[in-house]
Amino acid sequence: MSDLRRVSSNPHVRSRLNTSAIMFAVVLALLPAAGFGIYNFGLRALLIILVTVASTVVTEFLFGLYKKQQTIGDLSAVVTGLLLAMNLPVTIPWWAAVLGGVFAILVVKCLFGGLGQNFMNPALAARCFLLISFPALMTNFTTDIYTGATPLAAMKAGEEIRILDMVIGRTAGTIGETSAVAVLIGACILLFLGIIDLRIPGTYIIVFTLFIGFFGGRGFDIAYLAAHLAGGGLMLGAFFMATDYVTRPITKGGQYLFGAVLGILTGIFRVFGASAEGVSYAIILGNLLVPLLETITVPKAFGKGGRRYEK
Amino acid sequence: MATFTFTGGIHPYDGKDLTKDKPIKTVLPKGELVYPLSQHIGAPATPIVKKGDKVLVGQKIAEASAFVSAPVYASVSGIVKAIEPRRVVTGESVMSIVVENDDRYEEAEYMPPLYPGKNTAEEIIERIKEAGIVGMGGAGFPTFIKLSPKKPQKIEYVIANCAECEPYLTSDYRRMLEEPDKLIDGLKISLSLFPKAHGILAVEDNKRDCIELLKKLIKDEKRISVKALKTKYPQGSERQLIYATTGRKINHTMLPADVGCVVNNVDTLVAIHSAVTEGRPLMERIVTVTGDAIRMPCNFKVRIGTNYRELIEEAGGFRVNPAKVVSGGPMMGFALFDLDVPTTKTASALLALSKDDVSNMKPTACIKCGRCVEVCPGRVLPNKLMEAALHDDAETFLKLNGMECCECGCCSYSCPAKRPLTQTIKSMRKLQLAKKKK
Repeated sequence: MSDLRRVSSNPHVRSRLNTSAIMFAVVLALLPAAGFGIYNFGLRALLIILVTVASTVVTEFLFGLYKKQQTIGDLSAVVTGLLLAMNLPVTIPWWAAVLGGVFAILVVKCLFGGLGQNFMNPALAARCFLLISFPALMTNFTTDIYTGATPLAAMKAGEEIRILDMVIGRTAGTIGETSAVAVLIGACILLFLGIIDLRIPGTYIIVFTLFIGFFGGRGFDIAYLAAHLAGGGLMLGAFFMATDYVTRPITKGGQYLFGAVLGILTGIFRVFGASAEGVSYAIILGNLLVPLLETITVPKAFGKGGRRYEK
Repeated sequence: MATFTFTGGIHPYDGKDLTKDKPIKTVLPKGELVYPLSQHIGAPATPIVKKGDKVLVGQKIAEASAFVSAPVYASVSGIVKAIEPRRVVTGESVMSIVVENDDRYEEAEYMPPLYPGKNTAEEIIERIKEAGIVGMGGAGFPTFIKLSPKKPQKIEYVIANCAECEPYLTSDYRRMLEEPDKLIDGLKISLSLFPKAHGILAVEDNKRDCIELLKKLIKDEKRISVKALKTKYPQGSERQLIYATTGRKINHTMLPADVGCVVNNVDTLVAIHSAVTEGRPLMERIVTVTGDAIRMPCNFKVRIGTNYRELIEEAGGFRVNPAKVVSGGPMMGFALFDLDVPTTKTASALLALSKDDVSNMKPTACIKCGRCVEVCPGRVLPNKLMEAALHDDAETFLKLNGMECCECGCCSYSCPAKRPLTQTIKSMRKLQLAKKKK
């Protein structure tokens, strides 16, 4: 018998991309928004980011000890922690941030089977959990710099819109969502690296704009539309949360539908809802529709029902 | 120039620079030659020689045993040493005829040449059958069956598959560059069988020089054109190739003839040329011996039956100890645990890699990134099919068009979680096909 070699079934080559690299790219893409948050709200924002990320990573680590299988290396917990921090007001007590991190990883992700098995975006689910449990803490946007309401709330109350401040992000709001520019820089990084495509964010934003145009009560007023687009969590939600691989449909048709559903839901929440914001609820509700959207958009296989030319 | 293509597919590292400028070198076998009786799809051939017989180059040593089968010819002269099971590239043992080479290369009398104008289509098809020609791109389906559809006048396109989309392979490329006349003649012979058909030489656009050369050579041919295809794996897969060149789609239950097409690979067409105009049966083929573990990667003209070890020696041996040796390309080839296997009619390459991408890789959780869906040329949902296969859920598997998977490997290649998608789906498909047969 000659020397034996390793065998495996074909294909024998693999692309170099792996899960950790994808997650690392997302972390990288979130840095502009995080950086602007720290610049805008001060060092306490950095503290909240670090505490939240630490709580998600440690929760994942501890659960890994219990499962005897360590998965923190895939960096998905870091992404969840960072995204959650982006969605918290800078005034939040540190224990609430930690609680949100634990909820996101333990309840939403690990208890449903870990990475890839959660049916809701963990960061958003945690945000909604905190919003329902501690509404006062989660909507306290008053800091030394900003004393007024968030731009969306102010707009809903009929106040004047300062569109330039909203685009740059010099407004009250959660740590990572105030600056549309910073979020879009991150989105461009993801698009450039091929981590996300425009199917979901594109449809989401177009459908939302149309909805506001038709039902917002101000018609297609450019400044009003721009304020809605730049305000609140729309940009962050559209590019970073709605595109979350695990909780968006995998079929091409499903992704367009998903984007459209989010656009309509966000519009309904913002125009007709009691609160000024609606992106988080729209996305986690959309997440619940994913299995349905996938089922109705199974693509037609290549050549299925093919026409025979031989007669 | 407009290029033709399909949706999906991948661009792996192509490694063709290793051998694309290496002219085809003829290699003569040294030791014994092994002729497996099953080098094709269909029933194994039946030996017509026995131990101790003397055989000549081009002598038939096994004949077709059923309609879907193919005869086997000796490629050297010598004595039949044994008829016994021998290991082949898939790792199985297959009944084989073993011939001890006497190094004299005494030739048997070849068959008389045929002329497409003078001889009938039946005679030409019979010759192709008799010469033992099978699809030499890898599948090994007997060529004469492809060339004899129920209604030959309904065939509109005869496609020469010159895509060579597998990474590392340059055997077809060198053949096109060095012997384009034989390729074009093989295509003309095939065209003579189908009065209404148009011939297409479908070449990937990474082979610009071949495209120019072939275009020049077919300038005066009214029935043949050259089509440049976008360079992308699996452009040379039969279904994708038909779609790219004609816009027609076939699924797994259909044959190319159902949409008026016949597809043959470069080496197969050259073999048709040799069989018809020279009367020579299928005895040799081009094999690319390559990979970063090979000292001097080359393209060889190899006599079928030659041991792989001799090919590696001829290429200067191993530069470093290879982590993996593959018969065929990296996407569709078979990994070898033992190098003592013979070159068969379908072996297009011998690839030795110093690093193994796969063995040390641990599959992790699917994050539903959708890359497998994006690259799938079969337009199915590989991640869902794998899930169904793992749960042995045949119903879901079939409902999600699992049978339309062409096993090209794009999904496994692009999966960031390194999950064995193709492999799992392939097993499930085999299981379903077997169930159907019962």
